[in-house]
Amino acid sequence: MFNSSLYQLGGALRAKKISSVELTQLYLERITALNPELNAYITLNPEISLAQAREADARIASGNAAALTGIPVAQKDIFCAKGWRTTCGSKMLHNFISPYDAHVIAQFNQAGAVNLGKTNMDEFAMGSSNETSYFGPVKNPWDKARVPGGSSGGTAAAVAARLCAAATGTDTGGSIRQPAALCGISGLKPTYGVCSRYGMIAFASSLDQAGPMGRSAEDLALMMNVMAGFDERDSTSLQRDKEDYARNLSKPLHGLRIGLPKEFFAEGLGSDVALAIEAAIAEYKKLGATIVDISLPNSKLSVPVYYVLAPAEASSNLSRFDGVRYGYRAPEYTDLADMYEKSRAQGFGAEVKRRIMIGTYVLSHGYYDAYYLQAQKIRRLIAQDFTEAYKQCDVIMGPTSPSTAFKLGEKGDDPVQMYLSDIYTIAVNLAGLPGMSIPCGFGDNNMPVGLQIIGNYFDEARMLNVAHQYQLATDWHSRAPQVL
Amino acid sequence: MTWEIVIGLEVHTQLSTNTKIFSGASTAYGAESNTQADAVSIALPGVLPVLNKGAVERAIKFGLAVGAHIAPRSVFARKNYFYPDLPKGYQISQFDLPVVGPGALTILVEPLSGNAKPYEKVVRITRAHLEEDAGKSVHGDSQGVTGVDLNRAGTPLLEIVSEPDMCSASEAVAYAKALHSLVRWIGICDGNMQEGSFRCDVNVSVRRPGEPLGTRREIKNLNSFKFMQQAIDYEVQWQIDTIENGGKIHQATVLFNPDTGETRAMRSKEDAHDYRYFPDPDLLPLDISEKWKEQIRATLPELPQAKRGRYIGEFALNEYDANILTSSREMADFFDAAVDCLPSQPKLIANWIMGEISALLARDKLEIGNCPVSAVWLAGLLTRVSDNTINVKTAKEILDGAWGRNQLFAKLIQAQASIDAEIESKGLKQVSDSGAIEKIVDEIIAANADKVAEYRSGKDKLFGFFVGLAMKASKGKANPAQLNDILKKKLAG
Amino acid sequence: MTLTNADVQKVARLARLAMDEAEIESARSQLTGIFNLIAEMQAVDTKGIAPMSHAQDLSQRLREDVVTETNQRELFQSIAPQVEAGLYLVPQVIE
Repeated sequence: MFNSSLYQLGGALRAKKISSVELTQLYLERITALNPELNAYITLNPEISLAQAREADARIASGNAAALTGIPVAQKDIFCAKGWRTTCGSKMLHNFISPYDAHVIAQFNQAGAVNLGKTNMDEFAMGSSNETSYFGPVKNPWDKARVPGGSSGGTAAAVAARLCAAATGTDTGGSIRQPAALCGISGLKPTYGVCSRYGMIAFASSLDQAGPMGRSAEDLALMMNVMAGFDERDSTSLQRDKEDYARNLSKPLHGLRIGLPKEFFAEGLGSDVALAIEAAIAEYKKLGATIVDISLPNSKLSVPVYYVLAPAEASSNLSRFDGVRYGYRAPEYTDLADMYEKSRAQGFGAEVKRRIMIGTYVLSHGYYDAYYLQAQKIRRLIAQDFTEAYKQCDVIMGPTSPSTAFKLGEKGDDPVQMYLSDIYTIAVNLAGLPGMSIPCGFGDNNMPVGLQIIGNYFDEARMLNVAHQYQLATDWHSRAPQVL
Repeated sequence: MTWEIVIGLEVHTQLSTNTKIFSGASTAYGAESNTQADAVSIALPGVLPVLNKGAVERAIKFGLAVGAHIAPRSVFARKNYFYPDLPKGYQISQFDLPVVGPGALTILVEPLSGNAKPYEKVVRITRAHLEEDAGKSVHGDSQGVTGVDLNRAGTPLLEIVSEPDMCSASEAVAYAKALHSLVRWIGICDGNMQEGSFRCDVNVSVRRPGEPLGTRREIKNLNSFKFMQQAIDYEVQWQIDTIENGGKIHQATVLFNPDTGETRAMRSKEDAHDYRYFPDPDLLPLDISEKWKEQIRATLPELPQAKRGRYIGEFALNEYDANILTSSREMADFFDAAVDCLPSQPKLIANWIMGEISALLARDKLEIGNCPVSAVWLAGLLTRVSDNTINVKTAKEILDGAWGRNQLFAKLIQAQASIDAEIESKGLKQVSDSGAIEKIVDEIIAANADKVAEYRSGKDKLFGFFVGLAMKASKGKANPAQLNDILKKKLAG
Repeated sequence: MTLTNADVQKVARLARLAMDEAEIESARSQLTGIFNLIAEMQAVDTKGIAPMSHAQDLSQRLREDVVTETNQRELFQSIAPQVEAGLYLVPQVIE
């Protein structure tokens, strides 16, 4: 049951081979057994989950079931869910019971999915290892001494360890794709604006995008059918016709032109990762694809540009956490300024404070043009590189991450080393393009390697097709860690 | 040695929308604390702003009314600072790309001093931009704490910034008044100063003639024209005294204390001037098409200045009358509605509005907007004055009587019927039958032979005495002009 | 580039983050490292390039001016640190 696809689970539920309550209980039991070691979930609420499962069973009985009705889905703890504690991985929100539903949560509720729990994450989504969570690091189910990646590390670990059928993530600079790669699962970051950001706690508003994480491209397509869609409460939400993301899954790949950016295969890429990627490309050739060498000359600047723009937006987005209307307030203070400074100093962790400091600095008087404005201009150059590249190819492929999962604590106190692990994913967010990661083998220490697939704007259905055809031909995506 | 005064204004007008600028929460004034503070107003994690069309329309309306450039693309920016009444830790405002660009407003300045004559002046408007209002801090009973009410947070504001074109408190007040009248005239702001719908920040500096601009101090949040006058007068004198005593002016934000009539600097915020503006990533650029702009232009009422010109040119009113009649939209609407019903008599109507009607309004502390008789009714009454059915004295009596009974007719035909019925039933028609008037005059002459003799021997002043007697005898209904003629003729003998 | 402790202190103050001497020192050294990473950007010629604020070149959608929100004060204030008589309480504000 834990290895079934969403199609299979939906079928079993509608055929009444299993009830949603039974399925939810099975998952809850598995979580009870494995989560203490993996720390993939921050908050469980079996009462609400089972109530939703009962409703789903009633809906199935009445014959009104949708594709995901009754299926237990985990939610990254960045999405506000009414009645659920929503922490964003931070002490600042350790006691925040959300009074409202994010658009994405409402979409799942409407589809009849069961909210299985809130998954662990780097604090305010700032991190690439899940070590910045106030609720402790998540362990990689393939090797518990290693990180699951971040920031959607709890989701990635939960999916890999079969602690949920599928789950949500968010991706600001690689936070869906990198943990998906490090945990050996599939993850999709849609085109910016495809999934509403309403109720998704903001990190860097112009880059944040929600997306699904699951065990196969086929599962992701079903998840996208629920998550995507226009929302009038988000000014950046795109007004587009509803689409079926599964519609192209079975198309053959003959004639597909795959662009390989030379910058993604240069110095810094682990040789074990390179080997796995090359093998995946060879497989695509077998499936009928042709290879085009391309260049994204400005992509090397994406890390510096990102570490100006994202902290700048974050420094402002996180100003609302001031201990006045909700969230953490320091127990002792002398006056208003002291209350602000202590509440924020105690409520935020080190990485969050670091990024607030960077962002505040680059926006402050005298530095704006040199940092923020310059970064926004280079952002355009980076986006233009992709526009050029898509004149020659249909999708771009490369590694998701330069290495497989590193050890907990390994990158310890050097933020710059940590930041560089997002080198292949960030440019996609800067351009607003869709990107995904699928498992394509194993590297040193038998840790999973992720293949990154970058599509043109709104090409999600095609990317899912490209990933699905590979998953029909290979079985990397169905390998499971021996967690017990 | 003389001093030049340099004044510029920043006026925050609350736009008269139903909802907040970035959410669907009500902006109604006076609700219980925080009951109109929705998820966006209290800045819950994850909530997002969506721009209110009504706020943009009002901004465009203002821009068109002051002949300003409407930016085809403007941008919302975040102004970052911490304050308890600012829930997001930033205010969404517009910075380098405001919706309204340079424009101008012509004002009429009435100097305070002696017999100086009113004069017109053009004040340049630098820009006007949309932004959100903050909440309110409430200082309650509890010691050491401040309460925060976020009902007002997110109310749309149009901040209108002038050039430093004013050089006296009178000019500043005249500008503020003209702006106040204009925003109400075009219906974008209720102008209620007690409720904070129209708040003025005044930048004041002084300099010796010919010297560069002095350092300015900003008087914050003035919410009455009287306070503005007092605050500027005090501030100017304070700055002059400070410099003349060898001191220096430091840039500062000051508050006016109406109890003492003094201004004092606010406790300076150490980092107040690093707002870290940047474009709000949650909001896209605001595009205003030529078509939309023209649609809004078509809804603009005739503006006060144009109306004033038309009253003088078309109706031959004098400048003073034209100014009074265009001092508010309600006043002009009243006048226009009456003229529409009685197009031949604009001067008569103007006289009545500025005379009888204004006097009665003043007596009862009413505004023209809630005048107990409608403009249409007044036109109906004056129709009967102008066609000599009744005389002025009778008309005044009818008005006095009608005042207490709320004559709010919207249609002339009904108002006219009601007035005519009253004239008919009470027999108020003026007597224009020369035979009847002659009879009255003959009787008076006969009964007052001694006075007639005095009159005929040169005591002209007695004419009024005879008019009074004749009027009284006609029960006030005699046609005054006719009566005069007949009296004159008969007294001449 | 080199940051001084005074620079860091000023930024911490702007961001309302209390920091002691040791934290300022460690922040200074880490921020210096990060700014050296960012410095790579400065050499790029961006003359004539328009800054990119959003992923898509679209314009702002407008909301009709209609009340959609109802009073949820009780729910919202149930998670507030300190409230009294419907007001959020903070240490006294002095103007």
